[in-house]
Amino acid sequence: MMRALDKKLWRELWAMRMQALAIALVIVGGVSIFVMSMSTMDSLTETRASYYREHHFADVFASLKRAPISVARRIQEIPGVNKVETRVVTYINLDIPDFNEPVSGHLISLPDNSRGLLNQIFLNSGRLIESGRDDEIILSKEFAQAHKLQAGDKIKATINGRLKSLTVVGTGLSPEYIYQIAPGAMFPDFERYGVMWMARNPLASAYDMEGAFNNVTLTLSKGAHSQDVIDQLDDILKPYGGTGAYDRKDQLSNRFLSEELEQQKTTATVFPIIFFGVAAFLLNVVVSRLISLEREQIAVLKAFGYSNLAVGVHYSKLVLMIVLIGVLLGLAVGVWMGKGVSKIYMNSYSLPFILYELKPQIIVSAALISIVVAVSGTLFAVQKAVRLPPAQGMRPEQPTAFRPTIVERLGLQKRFSQPSRMILRHIERRPFKSFLTMLGISLACGTMMVGGFQKGAIDHMIDVQYNLSQREDLMAIFTEPTSNKSLYSLQGLQGIELAEGFRMVNARLQFEHRTYRTSVQGIEPDSQLMRLLDTDLNTIQVPKDGVIMTDYLAELLQIQPGDLLTIEVLEGNRPTFQVPVIGTAKQYLGVNVYLQRSTLNRLLKEGDAISGALLKVDELHQNQVYRKLKELPRIAGVVEQKSSIEGFYETMNETILFFTFINTLLGGSIAFGVVYNSMRIALSERSRELASLRILGFQRNEVAYILLGELALLTLVAIPIGFLIGNALCQYLIFEFATDLYRIPLVLGTHVYAFAALVVIVSSIISAMMIWRNLANLDMVAVLKAKE
Amino acid sequence: MSETRSNSTPSPHEPLNENVVFHIHGVTKTYQMGEVQVKALRGIDLDLYRGELTVLLGASGSGKSTLLNILGGLDTPTDGHVIYADQDLTHASESELTEYRRYHVGFVFQFYNLIPSLTARENVAVVTEIAKNPMTPEEALSLVGLGERLDHFPAQLSGGEQQRVAIARAIAKNPDVLLCDEPTGALDSKTGIMVLEALQQVNQKLGTTTAIITHNAGIAQMANRVIHITDGKISEITTNDTRLSPHELSW
Repeated sequence: MMRALDKKLWRELWAMRMQALAIALVIVGGVSIFVMSMSTMDSLTETRASYYREHHFADVFASLKRAPISVARRIQEIPGVNKVETRVVTYINLDIPDFNEPVSGHLISLPDNSRGLLNQIFLNSGRLIESGRDDEIILSKEFAQAHKLQAGDKIKATINGRLKSLTVVGTGLSPEYIYQIAPGAMFPDFERYGVMWMARNPLASAYDMEGAFNNVTLTLSKGAHSQDVIDQLDDILKPYGGTGAYDRKDQLSNRFLSEELEQQKTTATVFPIIFFGVAAFLLNVVVSRLISLEREQIAVLKAFGYSNLAVGVHYSKLVLMIVLIGVLLGLAVGVWMGKGVSKIYMNSYSLPFILYELKPQIIVSAALISIVVAVSGTLFAVQKAVRLPPAQGMRPEQPTAFRPTIVERLGLQKRFSQPSRMILRHIERRPFKSFLTMLGISLACGTMMVGGFQKGAIDHMIDVQYNLSQREDLMAIFTEPTSNKSLYSLQGLQGIELAEGFRMVNARLQFEHRTYRTSVQGIEPDSQLMRLLDTDLNTIQVPKDGVIMTDYLAELLQIQPGDLLTIEVLEGNRPTFQVPVIGTAKQYLGVNVYLQRSTLNRLLKEGDAISGALLKVDELHQNQVYRKLKELPRIAGVVEQKSSIEGFYETMNETILFFTFINTLLGGSIAFGVVYNSMRIALSERSRELASLRILGFQRNEVAYILLGELALLTLVAIPIGFLIGNALCQYLIFEFATDLYRIPLVLGTHVYAFAALVVIVSSIISAMMIWRNLANLDMVAVLKAKE
Repeated sequence: MSETRSNSTPSPHEPLNENVVFHIHGVTKTYQMGEVQVKALRGIDLDLYRGELTVLLGASGSGKSTLLNILGGLDTPTDGHVIYADQDLTHASESELTEYRRYHVGFVFQFYNLIPSLTARENVAVVTEIAKNPMTPEEALSLVGLGERLDHFPAQLSGGEQQRVAIARAIAKNPDVLLCDEPTGALDSKTGIMVLEALQQVNQKLGTTTAIITHNAGIAQMANRVIHITDGKISEITTNDTRLSPHELSW
């Protein structure tokens, strides 16, 4: 049978159910974000690990110009190497029926009738390539989907200048391309770029790679040190035009996923801290009030022999019940959101499956964190109940001491009516509590801003990158460095308004002991299509004798203008040279080093060479240009950023909407939790006072003003402070999320502020409306009768 | 009709007469109320006997509630000795006092102090659940004539009924002493008499040592002894040779 004291607990919990629910909702926010982020992180980590393991994802990757197959044996002999697979890898232009724009494919050789030795493909549909067939191709699942291609369909490809008809036999995924983006692109664009696989023989014969390879991947044996292997591999491949081997952790697709996991970790920390902090504060306020209301009951229980401990346990149970509701609901919501986010990840990353995983330790940590926070939040209040001497509990509490507020001490009281003075005195009498209330509302406002800012920031990022900086319509990349004169033939094409050449080499940068691998770009000093920008988005001139580098890269290398940067080119003769850093440029995507093309040509000891061209195209002739470019054998690929961005937006919109929705709910729950509870407490503390005023002839709205005016004032002060908090929070997240892949700018549009303020105000108004009803029930008769 | 006795009592170290339940010697109590020092008790010497019904009579502020709180283990004296049976309450620890209250004392308060969220039965159960040898809540409630209203919440009961629930709650554990602080203070005379009858019945049937605080001299007639308290001191102790039953009391 339930003990009488526990019945008291249930009935009191029921009586304060709205308040308890408001607090539980804030806990739900904290727990659900924690569970969502942690479970998503675990799921992705687990999925990735199992995908990598089952499909033999390589540990080290290297590209080279051409090496005879015999070199593979030498690679195999490097100590620490387990399995080696050589491949022929190339970029091709594709002709897809009913799609006019340029499409490029990243073509990888596959042994006949095999999924490969390493980086094995996951066959999504169709079959593998039959032995002896030189016209069969397997497409990446996303690419095939984007063009509605399936097994049996035919596509045309320009392979080393020769147009060839290919039959699609299957679609697949690869652990090597979980994040599939074209070289130089930032976002996946499955319509214009895709990974695909072909038999090795036709590929090798087309590219003069018979008995040779231009790409090698390998796995390490247990305990092997990857850097040692990479060093030796580089030595072996150097004479064959090796561009530098790299570790799995530097592999692009893998890195994107790792960064994503890091961000989940940040999310799993920052937001729960806010929510749990607010929940602790609310529990403190509500339980303190309950305990002071039940002073006499506590005294009676003690008078009849309940121990201090029993009283403490009683109130702790109440706190734990609220926490329990919050944790259970939070787990459910967290799992729901986690599954949703995992699904989004499965679609935006090319994963064949997702193993959603909720580890028991996450449930346990969520529960433990909530309990610890709740208990510490209510420790003082419960201690007050524990320590209350029973004889003292029988006596009414001393009336609280008020004094004139600072406003009145300054002699400004004439400006305020009596009710306004009551509001000010009340706030000033308990400055700490008023401050925490305000802070809670501010945090709600700040949390809302985080949800709203991402879209605007990404808009800005893209605007700067692709409208102000990279202004070309198309980027054509040549199969190998070509004379600048080839620009004339491009410029001659109808529809091309402007063509500018650029030279680009892969290089290892070094300053002091810090190194970084990226591309060095030689651009025209007065380029119209590629502009470097300073912090104020003004154009920077590329200097003749020195480099401009991305600001984030300068931070990574801790290099400053005036310092000498060492550039080790990883192509051709692999020269190493030193150049002074002249300045830095604002860039949100990728990191690069820029110098004048002529300077780069000179340093490379080559003629007037370019790696590709930036093109400005007349929209009317776009299709014509695409067709012409496809026919040009020297062009390895064409990148069209703008349409990739549009595609990216389509996929992002759903995700952004999902998160905005969740964020609004969470921010709203904090605002409602804080405001509603504060009002309820104020009502409870002041009902006698307010009822007395009603007896004296105050109207309900006049009384409401005294009660709600205080919260309205705190809310109004809280909103601008919330803006500051939101700003700081966004800055912190941006800082935490910044990687060399991309940096989200801090752009907070007016709508971000307006929306955050609106949610806070609406939550407050809803709370006020709920309190308004209670004000109608103020018991005036009881005031006249009851003792204080 | 009444006889004035001297206050001579044995020293704290002498063995107690086995009929003495409480032995109080030289008790003082000083409170700090804000910046003011209040001397609530200024040296009380008193013995209370087993089974006796005592009325502590005094004006408000005379210190009688303070004395009752000290007897009930809710408070400790600033100076002096309080011995209950063989136990010295003067220097008892917090948990010893809790245990003392749990097993030996029943309280009745002026404002009943029922737990509003619990029914009559449950209010009694709160106490019987932690007692050693209690009656059932139903028994206790029928002793005070409330056997019919077991499942009513305090808000559904009249003042007199609430006070009788409070008495049932106090006696349900079969306490050794019953301490009542102005039990009729908030009640009209008719209901007050019903409550006093309940108290007298408990005293007679169960033989519970009972102390009733009141400022109402009329009630004194039902006691074995009346202790008059003025300004924190015992001014007079009278013994009633003939006790009146509550319905004979004039208010």
